Amino acid sequence: MSPINYVYLAALLFTIGAAGVLIRRNAIVVFMCIELMLNAANLTLVAFSRMHGNLDGQIMAFFVMVVAAAEVVVGLAIIVMLYRARHSASVDDASLMKL
Amino acid sequence: MTGITDLASAGGASGASGVPSLWTLAAGAAGAGDKLQAPSIEYGKLSPVLIVLGAAALGVVIDAFAPRKARYGAQLFVVLAGLAAAFAAVIGLAASGVGSSKAQIAGMGALAIDGPTLFLQGTLLLVGIVGAFTFAERRLEPAAHGSRVDSFAAQPASVPGGEGEREAVKAGWTTTEVFPLLMFAVGGMMLFPAANDLLTLFIALEVFSLPLYLLCALARRRRLLSQEAAVKYFLLGAFSSAFLLFGTALLYGYAGTVNYSGIARVVSGADAVSDPVLADTTGNDALLLIGGALVVMGLLFKVGAVPFHMWTPDVYQGAPTPVTGFMAAATKVAAFGALLRLLYVVLPGLRWDWRPVMWGVAILTMLGGAVVAITQTDIKRLLAYSSIAHAGFLLAGVIATSEDGISSVLFYLGAYSFVTLGAFAVVTLVRDAGGEATHLSKWAGLGRRSPLLAAVFAVFLLAFAGIPLTSGFAGKFAVFKAAAEGGAGALVVVGVIASAIAAFFYLRVIVLMFFSEPQADGPSVAVPSVMTTSAIALGVVVTVVLGVAPQYFLDLAGQAGVFVR
Repeated sequence: MSPINYVYLAALLFTIGAAGVLIRRNAIVVFMCIELMLNAANLTLVAFSRMHGNLDGQIMAFFVMVVAAAEVVVGLAIIVMLYRARHSASVDDASLMKL
Repeated sequence: MTGITDLASAGGASGASGVPSLWTLAAGAAGAGDKLQAPSIEYGKLSPVLIVLGAAALGVVIDAFAPRKARYGAQLFVVLAGLAAAFAAVIGLAASGVGSSKAQIAGMGALAIDGPTLFLQGTLLLVGIVGAFTFAERRLEPAAHGSRVDSFAAQPASVPGGEGEREAVKAGWTTTEVFPLLMFAVGGMMLFPAANDLLTLFIALEVFSLPLYLLCALARRRRLLSQEAAVKYFLLGAFSSAFLLFGTALLYGYAGTVNYSGIARVVSGADAVSDPVLADTTGNDALLLIGGALVVMGLLFKVGAVPFHMWTPDVYQGAPTPVTGFMAAATKVAAFGALLRLLYVVLPGLRWDWRPVMWGVAILTMLGGAVVAITQTDIKRLLAYSSIAHAGFLLAGVIATSEDGISSVLFYLGAYSFVTLGAFAVVTLVRDAGGEATHLSKWAGLGRRSPLLAAVFAVFLLAFAGIPLTSGFAGKFAVFKAAAEGGAGALVVVGVIASAIAAFFYLRVIVLMFFSEPQADGPSVAVPSVMTTSAIALGVVVTVVLGVAPQYFLDLAGQAGVFVR
């Protein structure tokens, strides 16, 4: 199977993730959708790496994994803090600053 | 990474069904006796960034091991010494000609150390020093149980209004973690405009964004607002960086490399492509156009351009005001530096495609920011919309696609960042019983109550509005001149109209401060320590000097205005 099919799959995953960010209400689920988008980018990188025959893309995928882990640390800390203060992780409830 | 790439391409052409096999290649390469080249790192040229990140790591160690009482002094010393040493290193590099004739690509192609990089790194370091002053201010909050505290939460992990918070406040704790977070943010921002491949761009983006997300959540007062700002900033920031990353992946697929000059060569079609796979992907314009658009989108989010600006007012309002001031100034400097490099170095071959889009974005940003700012009633939100409008003016300079465009944007960034820092430092001083009094109605008659502070704030507002003899005028003039000469005359007309609209609400605040009666229960002006005073004084001095005698600094920006490729 040609590796370009993985790029199509990654584009699909990325779209699902982006739609999830826009549609879902729970901050944790929104965050999971963002992780899905990052992993879609990873799949794209690895597929193109295979196609081009150089390792840049695979190495980038490692970097992206590390960044995603760091983002989880920071993101979950912030979301848990919000949840403890409000007993809700819904992004719709966080609207103190709406005009 | 280059060494590995060479290895891969050495035997990469052989493989089944046109797809080069990475597995056989590894064995073949080992058999051929090739060795991985050890990377050569130009430590001298990277020293500003290394000093800042080293000081940040030292700050983490201090926070882990030093006793609570000693932390504040030690952290402040490390931050200021680190930033000052890094600034000295930048000056040294610039003096030795690295900014002009000896500009080069460093760190195995990862970073470009050239004029714009050094100019922006110097600006960021000065912004960091002034930001650290406002972070360390301990005279504004009333002393909590006998110990002086700053504007950051006693213990961020505790629930607002809960038992844990009461105990932490009683014990007089402060969050000294803000100093290493500030340093990591400054370090990432210094890498951001220097990034010379898309991977470094993404990593630098995350390195400066993650500390900023945390800093937004740490306000001592109005913590619910602060936490809400952090969640919004984090979710939207991570969303936009995912777009940037996917764009990076598509551009890598298009060009087979993430190196800026490599992509630029492929885009311009300078090299003949022999590899059949590469010929296939470089023939696919969808990869290039979508990839480029997604990367630019990620950067436009960071500069706060319409339609990617929705986070700006909420985050600026909710974040602790010292953080807002630092973030408003420094993020814009770093992100415009990266945007300039991307558009001028990587995608000049695509400028007939991106210029019309950026025209639209610039017009929307200038008009959108200026018009919506008129309806604002909170001073921090007002400054947030004003920063959106300024992002639009800066985009006009970016669109010029000329050397003047680069240097005028550099000058504008330097001028704008000090005005912003000073303005937000003033906002921290106007207080009532509930903390900072940010509602505009509270600012009525401030000129009668505290003429000096109101006058200083009026200077900043006039600079924002671009009145002559302030740095705002010099910056705006340079940017609009470059845009007009670059063939964007209509954009300049829109920019002038947006400036006029913006001037209305800046002047409205001045009128409110000086020509209306003070409220009986109005706010008082806190007397700051020498740190906030010097932050505001520096803002005024830079604003006036760059307004009255801008030529030296325009020349400096002009000399710095060439990207190395």
